[in-house]
Amino acid sequence: MLRLEPRPAPSRFFAWASPFISLAITIAVASVLFMSLGKDPVRSLSVFLFEPFNGLRSLTELGLKATPLILCSLGLALCFRANVWNIGAEGQYLVGAMVAGGLALWLTEHQVAMGRWAFLPLAIVAGALGGAAWAAIVALLRDRFNANEILVSLMLVYIANLLLSWLVFGPWKDPRGFNFPQSVSFMDGAAIPRMITGMRLHWGFVVALLAAVGMWLFMSRHYMGYQMQVGGLAPAAARYAGFSTRSALWTALLTSGGLAGVAGAFEVTGPMGQLTPYVSNNYGFTAIIVAFVGRLHPLGCVFGSVLLSMFLIGGELAQSRVGLPSALSGVFQGVLLFSLLACDTLITYRIRRVRAAPKAVGAA
Amino acid sequence: MNETALLIAAMLASGTPLAIAGLGLLINEKVGVLNLGAEGMLLVGAVTGFAVSFHTGSTVLALLAGAGAAAVVAAVFGWLVIWINANQYATGLAVSLFGGGFSAFVGVPYVGQKLAPPVSDALPVLGDIPFIGPALFRQHPMVYLTMLAVLVLGWLFYRTRVGLVLRAVGESPESAHALGYRVRLLRLAAVLAGGALCGVAGAYLSCVYTPLWVEGMVAGRGWIALALTVFATWRPARILLGAYLFGGVTMLQLHLQGLGVEVPSQFLSMLPYAATVVVLVLISRNPMWLRANMPASLGKPFFPGG
Repeated sequence: MLRLEPRPAPSRFFAWASPFISLAITIAVASVLFMSLGKDPVRSLSVFLFEPFNGLRSLTELGLKATPLILCSLGLALCFRANVWNIGAEGQYLVGAMVAGGLALWLTEHQVAMGRWAFLPLAIVAGALGGAAWAAIVALLRDRFNANEILVSLMLVYIANLLLSWLVFGPWKDPRGFNFPQSVSFMDGAAIPRMITGMRLHWGFVVALLAAVGMWLFMSRHYMGYQMQVGGLAPAAARYAGFSTRSALWTALLTSGGLAGVAGAFEVTGPMGQLTPYVSNNYGFTAIIVAFVGRLHPLGCVFGSVLLSMFLIGGELAQSRVGLPSALSGVFQGVLLFSLLACDTLITYRIRRVRAAPKAVGAA
Repeated sequence: MNETALLIAAMLASGTPLAIAGLGLLINEKVGVLNLGAEGMLLVGAVTGFAVSFHTGSTVLALLAGAGAAAVVAAVFGWLVIWINANQYATGLAVSLFGGGFSAFVGVPYVGQKLAPPVSDALPVLGDIPFIGPALFRQHPMVYLTMLAVLVLGWLFYRTRVGLVLRAVGESPESAHALGYRVRLLRLAAVLAGGALCGVAGAYLSCVYTPLWVEGMVAGRGWIALALTVFATWRPARILLGAYLFGGVTMLQLHLQGLGVEVPSQFLSMLPYAATVVVLVLISRNPMWLRANMPASLGKPFFPGG
């Protein structure tokens, strides 16, 4: 009989290996699924694992999708480490997109001539303010009224979605847009600069990478980052040391909200160039998986973002190339996270074979 | 007059899925398991139920299939959080994300399909009483079954030995274990029951209430049901009350839209979500009160002998 037994110290090996093991499990599940659907597993898998890396255009698209994931997951990693369960990054992303989109619309309407490089910092500030404001509601209600941040942040996602829907169906609708729910296209000066001509990848990708480095420094070198992580791991110890749980809560939520907002701002003023009801590709929720796959570590988040955007692109390609619904990538994301959580057990526990357990202990 | 009766009837109908899911989550939380996967379980139940109803034409089979499918997901969830001691928050989120993806994937061929038109559920004699008939007695049997389930659960938890043991597992798994109860098996049983109820709620939504399959059609009801357990301070009867209240808010929103109120429909659609936030704030304001009612081991793993 097999039994779990706590390890004396967490296993470094499994902390590293667990994402890879779970990726392998996901690939195995995917192969079985492809075969049961009557598709060639090798060809289908190559759509997910190889095609997204094939050629410059594919690589830039990978970076494009990874950008919002990196930004959102960095904030979530900080939150989860501080034991603040913000799962409403999607809503914060949407509000960031709306504020930055509103700014771009205003500039377009008033024909304010501005270079793309001058617009980049503006877009960052607008998105960060929007996302942080949305997250501040969560922080305020948690701090002041003890309201559960999971449920509040999630309800705000639905509200943000409806707010966006109202804007693009109502006041911000393009009057010449054939009644489609979309805003006018932003002018050239209200878009963030692209990295390579002809490709959609923009400089927001570099900003996201810089944010990852910044977050890494904050977590590993900054006193506040240290306090927050202690608060997450051992709340009692943190209180004894006099670390403020309130400031940890606010810092975590404002930072993650701001980062998610910037992600939304980049997406709207980058590849989209206008506001539509579909400004998010569920990035805020996918980022939760990224944060866990990335071990709640900033550099891990970058790795996880590339991995998950590979899944997203694979899902789109699966539809056009192999004739499978793109929703498939959602299934794989779920399987990946499940197997990751199961494998993570091996970090703190080991499997022991037990011979005929003594009755008194009980096997329950 | 007649309008009011229909509004009450609609309120009961739309509150019922929330109540069923809320009761399921209540069972989970009573034994100390926080199930953030409710939304995903509802979606899995909804898509399975719709598929079964579409192919067999039987609503009963659809509800059972929804329960079964969600219970399978709940079994995976339960195994992960109860035996493997995976983080309950993260695992629940994984269930919700998986349920969203899985249901969208499985549901592709069913989008836009229609079910057989429902038969009238009016009760003989009672359904013909003016006002009261249309308000209360022309409901789907699930509406009455849900009311019955509330009574049964209330009796089970507070009047029987089994209920006492289950509550003990939720309040202090260590003590229950020391008394010789098999904490993890009891927790798993509760998780399966809760998951099955979430599945029923989802199948009710897609086969009876809407009846349609649309990707993401559960629209946050799983999360609202989670908020309901807090709102109800973990009492079955209050879950029902809260569910009807939320059903009322949902209906009010549709009703106002029908009346042509000069407010954009999106703002009216926000009402149930905004109401959830307001309710959470009101209930949670007093942390002592919340702590006095909440199962003490909620969200904490239990490792026998560890």
